[in-house]
Amino acid sequence: MNWLTNFVRPKIGSLVRKRESRENLWTKCPSCGQIIFHRDLAKNQSVCPNCDHHLRIGPNDRFANLFDDGAHERIALPEVPTDPLRFRDTKRYADRLKENRSKTGDDEAVIVAHGNIVGQPAVIAAQNFAFMAGSMGLAAGEALITAAREAVDRNAALIVIAAAGGARMQEGILSLMQMPRTVVAVDMVREARLPYVVVLTDPTTGGVTASYAMLGDIAIAEPGALIGFAGPRVIEDTIREQLPEGFQRAEYLLAHGMIDMVVHRHKLRETLGRILSLLMKRTTTDNIPRAATS
Amino acid sequence: MNVFLDFEKPVAELEGKIKELRHVAHGGALNIGDEVARLEARVEQVLRQTYAKLTPWQKMQVARHPDRPHFLDYVGHLLTDFTPLSGDRSYGDDAALLGGIGRFRGRSVVVIGHEKGKGTDGRVKHNFGMAHPEGYRKAIRLMEMADQFGLPVLTFVDTPGAYPGVGAEERGQAEAIARSIETCLGLDVPLIATIVGEGGSGGAIALATGDRVLMFEHAVYSVISPEGCASILWRNPAKARDAADALKLTAMDLMELKVIDVVVSEPLGGAHRHPDRAIELLGNAIDEVLSDVLAESVETRRQRRRDKYLAIGRLT
Ligand SMILES: [Zn+2]
Repeated sequence: MNWLTNFVRPKIGSLVRKRESRENLWTKCPSCGQIIFHRDLAKNQSVCPNCDHHLRIGPNDRFANLFDDGAHERIALPEVPTDPLRFRDTKRYADRLKENRSKTGDDEAVIVAHGNIVGQPAVIAAQNFAFMAGSMGLAAGEALITAAREAVDRNAALIVIAAAGGARMQEGILSLMQMPRTVVAVDMVREARLPYVVVLTDPTTGGVTASYAMLGDIAIAEPGALIGFAGPRVIEDTIREQLPEGFQRAEYLLAHGMIDMVVHRHKLRETLGRILSLLMKRTTTDNIPRAATS
Repeated sequence: MNVFLDFEKPVAELEGKIKELRHVAHGGALNIGDEVARLEARVEQVLRQTYAKLTPWQKMQVARHPDRPHFLDYVGHLLTDFTPLSGDRSYGDDAALLGGIGRFRGRSVVVIGHEKGKGTDGRVKHNFGMAHPEGYRKAIRLMEMADQFGLPVLTFVDTPGAYPGVGAEERGQAEAIARSIETCLGLDVPLIATIVGEGGSGGAIALATGDRVLMFEHAVYSVISPEGCASILWRNPAKARDAADALKLTAMDLMELKVIDVVVSEPLGGAHRHPDRAIELLGNAIDEVLSDVLAESVETRRQRRRDKYLAIGRLT
């Protein structure tokens, strides 16, 4: 697999698909309400040109933004049991999976790829909030374990772009078991003394936060991202009070010592590259490609 | 005063009759022996029938029964020289998550567990067993101390979940749980975890990542409470029974999914009916698996613990 077939083609495909429907040409900023033309949004890495709100983006955009020249190779992920509990709520879980697969064009919520970030070898596991709220089940757990092994094998850093509502309830206790499983993955990278950097994006909550997402050697968050253990609604229902302004946002976590930095999406690639070069004691002289879009 | 669950009503009625008979007989020379024996046999029969086929939702009620033994009952009965230890050394002490050192059947051990509390005041004091980050950080401190002194760790899991509140978020609930799981996985000493009542999500797994995970016959262990699941997926909290079925949260289900290693039998009618007997049964079960895990070398033990979690849910 190379990046041409795996990155460029689907991207062209999605542009073509988008052109078919007029309203897809325009996106309304969920923060300021500004209507943004899709090309302007893409050029700006899906950051609102008007208010700087960071819109949610999926793995393909992450790989394009972070890897040098967008070049990367996807890593094949092991097959996992589908619908192990034969779960059914108002809908069958098996049907939900199908819908999300056709909606996103991907098999599951976590996609793994490797490439270079400002010349530093890295494996990125990116979580797609658009796929069942990025939720962590067997597939996501296996993806993170695979990503960790791949990082160790390639002597590369592991970068996780977290975005999830939490555990995948439809997999019951097996989704809870992804917490220790992903922590084992983190420990494999730690033991190899390779950097593990987490980028917390909007939103990251629940069991995901309470496992791999809060264990980074370095924790970065995107501006304004909602990050927490319990979701704000659950907390409001429990304490029966209005939550303080900015509660559980990236800046709030920074102020409370929970993360290292809040980094604008335009500066993310450069920041990651610098961190990796420092932690891995490597220079950035070779293979320095273009600077990040800004 | 005994607390009877809805489905235990027939038992309550029979026991009421027995009490009444005894009261009447106390006044006169009435011979009630035969009748009482007959009613007692009937109670046992009803309990046997009822408890043999509890639904997941009924197990949920049993697991949450107020008379079910709690952490302090277990350590009170199973340990000698129990010495409670407090505080996370950075923020505070958490009454929802307790721990200490003591001797379990002759061996020095570290014990850690959620305490739900008894009675209204007790429950409030212990925050219904819902721990804050300082609780998990205390657990981490005690586990590290266990490693330092080579003491096995026994955990007792009984929580609706980690507390969802402003202070908990501010002080890093997620990070505290994640670190606790990481600490469990990295221990040189054995960690034997038991789901004794309610194993509520992240707040439970934080203490339940062990070499062996035991679970009481009528305990429950789940990624989310049936009530929470019903309101999110069904958008209707009244569907909690359906959610309890769908989530596969009983000991039998979890044994089948290879998430737990041992199902510990409860006395007839549940642990709340014969707490001392239940505690004894658990003590025996812990003793047995602890000896097995102690026999492993440190390296094997840590690797096996990891492999055990990596293997869960994999296609074979
Ligand atoms: Zn905007």
